Amino acid sequence: MENTGSIDSLGSKRSSSRQPSVDSLSSTSTSRSDRSAHAAKPTFAMSSDNVSISTDFSPELRGRPKAVAKVLRDSKEEPQLLPKESVQDMAKDVTYICPYIGALRGTLTVTNYRLFFKCMDREPAFVLDLPLGVVSRVEKIGGASSRGEVSYGLVCKDIRNLRFAHKQMEDSLRKSIFEILMKFAFPVSNGLTIFAFEYGQVYPENVWKVYDAQAEYKRQGLPNESWRITKVNDHYELCDTYPSTLVVPVNIPDEELKRVAAFRAKGRIPVLSWIHPESQATVIRCSQPMVGVNGKRSKDDEKYLQTIMDANAQSHKLFIFDARPSVNAAANKMKGGGYESEDAYQNAELVFLDIHNIHVMRESLRKLKEVVYPNIEESHWFSNLESTHWLEHIKLILAGALRIADKVESGKTSVVVHCSDGWDRTAQLTSLAMVMLDGHYRTIRGFQVLLEKEWLSFGHRFQLRIGHGDKNHTDADRSPVFLQFIDCVWQMTRQFPAAFEFNEYFLITILDHLYSCLFGTFMCNSEQQRVKEELPKKTVSLWAYINSQPEEFTNPLYVNYSNHVLFPVVSMRHLELWVGYYIRWNPRMRPQEPVHQRYKELLAKRAELQKRVEELQREVTNRSASSSSERAGSPTRSITPVQTFV
Amino acid sequence: MLSSLGSVGGKSAKPSFVSYVTPEEIKSEKEPSRKEKHPDLLPGEVVFCSASTVLKYTQDDLSQRGVFGALLCTNFRVSFVSDEAPTEEMVRTLFKNKLYGENDIPLSCVDNIYGDKRKLITGGLVKNKYPSKIIIHCKDLRVFQFSLSFSKEEDAKKIFQGIVHHCLEPKSLRCLFAFSYCENTSYPGSYSYCREHLRKKQTVMFDSVEDWTQDMKRTKGNCRVVSENSNFELSPKLPQYFIVPTNVSDEDLTKYQGKGLPMWCWSHHSGCALFKTASIPLVQEDNVCCRMLTAVAHNHLYSVKTEDLSDTLPTVQDILLSYNKFKQFFLIDNTTEFWMSDMKWFSSLDNCGWLDIIRQCLQKAVEVVESLEKENTNVLIMEEGGSDLCCVVSSLVQLMLDPYYRTLLGFQSLVQKEWVAGGHAFLDRSNHLHLKDKVESQSPVFLLFLECVWQLQQQHGPAFQFSETYLTVLSDSVHVPVFTTFLFNNDSHRDSLLRAESPHTQRSPLNCPTVWDWSVQFDCKAQDLFTNPLYTEKPKQDTSVRKSYRPRHLRQLSLPSSAFKTPPKKGFFKDEADNLKKILGVKRLSRWMLSPSSDSPQTSSSVREFYEAWQTKPLDYHGLLLPCLDGPSIRVWMQRYLRWIHDVQILGGGPVAMLSKVSEILGEVQELQRQLDRHGCTLTSNHKGARPRAKTAAAVIAARSSVRLSSSFPFVTSRNWSFKPAIPTSLLQSLMVTGIPGNLADREDDGGPESLV
Repeated sequence: MENTGSIDSLGSKRSSSRQPSVDSLSSTSTSRSDRSAHAAKPTFAMSSDNVSISTDFSPELRGRPKAVAKVLRDSKEEPQLLPKESVQDMAKDVTYICPYIGALRGTLTVTNYRLFFKCMDREPAFVLDLPLGVVSRVEKIGGASSRGEVSYGLVCKDIRNLRFAHKQMEDSLRKSIFEILMKFAFPVSNGLTIFAFEYGQVYPENVWKVYDAQAEYKRQGLPNESWRITKVNDHYELCDTYPSTLVVPVNIPDEELKRVAAFRAKGRIPVLSWIHPESQATVIRCSQPMVGVNGKRSKDDEKYLQTIMDANAQSHKLFIFDARPSVNAAANKMKGGGYESEDAYQNAELVFLDIHNIHVMRESLRKLKEVVYPNIEESHWFSNLESTHWLEHIKLILAGALRIADKVESGKTSVVVHCSDGWDRTAQLTSLAMVMLDGHYRTIRGFQVLLEKEWLSFGHRFQLRIGHGDKNHTDADRSPVFLQFIDCVWQMTRQFPAAFEFNEYFLITILDHLYSCLFGTFMCNSEQQRVKEELPKKTVSLWAYINSQPEEFTNPLYVNYSNHVLFPVVSMRHLELWVGYYIRWNPRMRPQEPVHQRYKELLAKRAELQKRVEELQREVTNRSASSSSERAGSPTRSITPVQTFV
Repeated sequence: MLSSLGSVGGKSAKPSFVSYVTPEEIKSEKEPSRKEKHPDLLPGEVVFCSASTVLKYTQDDLSQRGVFGALLCTNFRVSFVSDEAPTEEMVRTLFKNKLYGENDIPLSCVDNIYGDKRKLITGGLVKNKYPSKIIIHCKDLRVFQFSLSFSKEEDAKKIFQGIVHHCLEPKSLRCLFAFSYCENTSYPGSYSYCREHLRKKQTVMFDSVEDWTQDMKRTKGNCRVVSENSNFELSPKLPQYFIVPTNVSDEDLTKYQGKGLPMWCWSHHSGCALFKTASIPLVQEDNVCCRMLTAVAHNHLYSVKTEDLSDTLPTVQDILLSYNKFKQFFLIDNTTEFWMSDMKWFSSLDNCGWLDIIRQCLQKAVEVVESLEKENTNVLIMEEGGSDLCCVVSSLVQLMLDPYYRTLLGFQSLVQKEWVAGGHAFLDRSNHLHLKDKVESQSPVFLLFLECVWQLQQQHGPAFQFSETYLTVLSDSVHVPVFTTFLFNNDSHRDSLLRAESPHTQRSPLNCPTVWDWSVQFDCKAQDLFTNPLYTEKPKQDTSVRKSYRPRHLRQLSLPSSAFKTPPKKGFFKDEADNLKKILGVKRLSRWMLSPSSDSPQTSSSVREFYEAWQTKPLDYHGLLLPCLDGPSIRVWMQRYLRWIHDVQILGGGPVAMLSKVSEILGEVQELQRQLDRHGCTLTSNHKGARPRAKTAAAVIAARSSVRLSSSFPFVTSRNWSFKPAIPTSLLQSLMVTGIPGNLADREDDGGPESLV
């Protein structure tokens, strides 16, 4: 319980330690066509009428012959446990009220990581297997019913609600399984350790090293004559929510950085996120300037931005993108914040991107859940969707990122991006713009780097926004900021189906483990906290799991156009609700990837034919010693090598 | 300065079509020096009038920029010929339509014309007045804007009046371009090199007894082919040939001009079949109605369900109204308005109801499929004319149940069977002739059908041999007045006109191309884009194997009855004596008749159940297909509707990015296959069949790096687009976040409770 105590400000609640438990969630993104092809995917995923609420891609099954695992599982009422996972309670005759199938009676198991429900009455057995980390709150619904049953509702972070009922305990001293569940679902609130700190799986690659700031900047060609890497924040003294490695203009000494920090909210000074390999135009991120009601100015800050502009010889302008609506930006002056005035910052142009704050987004997601779960109302689907504003928010975020990318790419102009603190909307915008501008971030590894860099190291407050292991579900700090970012990336993969190395399943897996608390990746709020908690030592990285089986997450249609800039269309006409994520629990809306399926079939076919052609050629060559025909000549023309897994 | 002449090549001397144009219009001024400004006229095409120095606005902005050129009106199209020399790339546009180019609008493709201040022009104009700017909205959703203010007044007046006259005012069918085109082409000879291919695999035209007989045999139907109407003696409204249940008497055949006759559409492998009919006239003293139903019931197991589509589906007028609202979202002549409307896009979609009509049609088709597949009941669908929604539903049912119709040729045959021979009034529904008394009958019913097909196709891509592009092109071709397919109201109409117009009087009718001869519009390479690279061919292809093969195949797919309550009638009737069967049968019928919609409240949930049960079975693209009808699954046909709108082109993206990759590898697979064949490999025999066409499609697409393609492929090439993203212009007034408790919008992001509000 010590482990975590520090994690941060959220320490405010009881002394805590977190330890969620959880595990395999079912993110099945399997498609219909997959049913035949690789229904083998770890579990009884889609198999028939078992509404597949669960499927796990369970890490624990790795390496084991899948068939065996399946048999094992089928015959038992208990889950296969992960290393260090232990059963906490088990109850028979629990009813799961499935919104799609109806009431199912079975056995409920709660471990320190997961909730596991299995109903053997059906063929095949119905299984519900979810990490406790996705549980946002547990509530007892009503009193005991006439049949003496008590009912519990679990509201989950991944857009579903689960409802269970079981007999009132005769032995009133015994705790209900749901009380046990509540204890382990909210370890932080109950003085326990989050499961990620116990999970002991060893993966082939130690991927906490997936992101090395120095290496990433080197890839971008940094340092160079205009930009240097500073160690001023080595011990997080300049800014405790920033990473230790920062890139700043060569001409600004560390001393001046400190003075700039004083003028920026939370000390989050403007630093380089990305530099254009040709034009040297840069994407800079920071927090709002502390202008205040009186319009305070800082010579140091002004000079600093001027230097940033000067570092790019191609343009005599600098664009400052304030992610907020102008009204909100102005309102911030009351609290000492605000925005750059164009008078003070010569040659800078300020643009507001009108993206709303975390509270609006949270509310929007709540409405969205109402519209899509459990059932979709047949009529007025589009009006209902519109009323949630979810896609409008997505559109605004994408549009903002598009304007940033356009300025950098087409305008060859450097841009500065900030919101209030520079860790929510700013992270969304810079990382999306970077996905548009730099093909590296559209690869599986590159995307991991992007998350590690723009989100984790620059202090997006995951612990606070997600509330890992914390029962305080009404906490106003929770917000689906990261989910929106992933949604935006998904929208781009829809528009550019061959431009991303990863597939939809990759994105869904990231989101599932955002909540699962199985991996250490999304724990804590900043790099400083992660170092302090020794996360790399005590937990496993999500990337270790993902990179141990990259074929699962690879888009077979990927074409590497690394130099190609993507400009998505941000019209509502081209935005759609991510059915494969938000509506995946509804068995009627199973996602499909027939194209991928077909492509894999073709790859297999090609491999097979290629082999046969080669065999034949060999045969013909052997014979042609006697028969002087030239036809053996036709070499397999330059067919690209089979690079795949089928 | 201007140009145009009526005469082209020596042919013009005596135009052989009848027209309302006055002779001097045709004479017009000649100025041979400008002759090269003509588009390449088609055979039989004659220029009526023209004007030079017309400015064509470039569609994508309001900046008043544009291209100067000549605007012409011929008996086929309105055409703009740019003064600028075509660029290299323009010349070799991949997907070039041989009949009309990107700056041509076939006369019947003109939807609406607007003058200054967006005033709708309706024809019947005041002489001597003309607007300085005209906007033409096309039925294929293109939008053209021309400024006439730089032209000579005389010319401007003439071209404006010419366009209005020829595009909007009533004319006779004989004025349609098809007739003068066909008289001037030796059409059968003009088959290009694709002909070989065409002959081998023909679309079944359903214009002979054999075609019908064969189709019935194919589905193992057991009904009666009627050839008594071959000279339209029974009724001009009936097809030349058709099929009715065996029990229909000769006497009934001749009654009521065929109204109430159950026309066979398709037989299910179980023996039950789908029939459609025009509603029976009210005079019923001899109880035809009951006799017809009995006849249908006799077809299989004495059970029948009837469904009056006029009661349960929108009327043709509803369809038109809804579509007119819907299409406005895509006829964009102003970028600012476009982005403004973007904010309300989803609710606008709901309000126009078009997607809901699509859903209703699909749902109805699923209901019919359920009766055939699950209950093995004969189904009789009816509606007043029997040739609108009946066609929609019957064709959809067949697409869902019969994989043959999901092939390219199968689909074309289906359209021939259900729509062309089936007597869908294409001419009245499109109102090409702008007749005032036909305004009411105009309705995009066929387009509605294509929309439904597109929905099925996008949900189950690999099941269809034809591509989305094919459907889009087909929907455009309806407005190209060259093909006999879409010009007439029914068989007898077609027959009489083609005969009357034939140059060889008393001999064969005028020989016009059908739309299925795609070589008239596209060369072979372009036609390759009609096939779907995702299509997975059936493992066995041999048609002779088919007979024995298919039923077994289908049966595997059909749902095991254990999954459902077994329909009682099935087991029940089996053991009954014949007599009893008949009595019960009739009873059953009358019950259905009395309460045709008695089951409607439950249908929705029953359809749902049917879908879910189907969904849990392994998906076979060559078996039964059902569409998902839930909100998010019914979508807008992006390719058709968004292709011309610059701001929503996804450069370097869109489905083509994916399809080109698939085509590419398909090409490689085929190449390898060929190599194997060349080696005379014996092994190949195991694998024959897996050789889809689309040979060059791969090459075609792959030839151009897909980076340059856009989501509008193949309709728009990206040549003169700046690689600049479209930034929404109305972001600012965007979000009216209302009704959020506690004024969340004003709150600080991170301030914990104390800073709330």
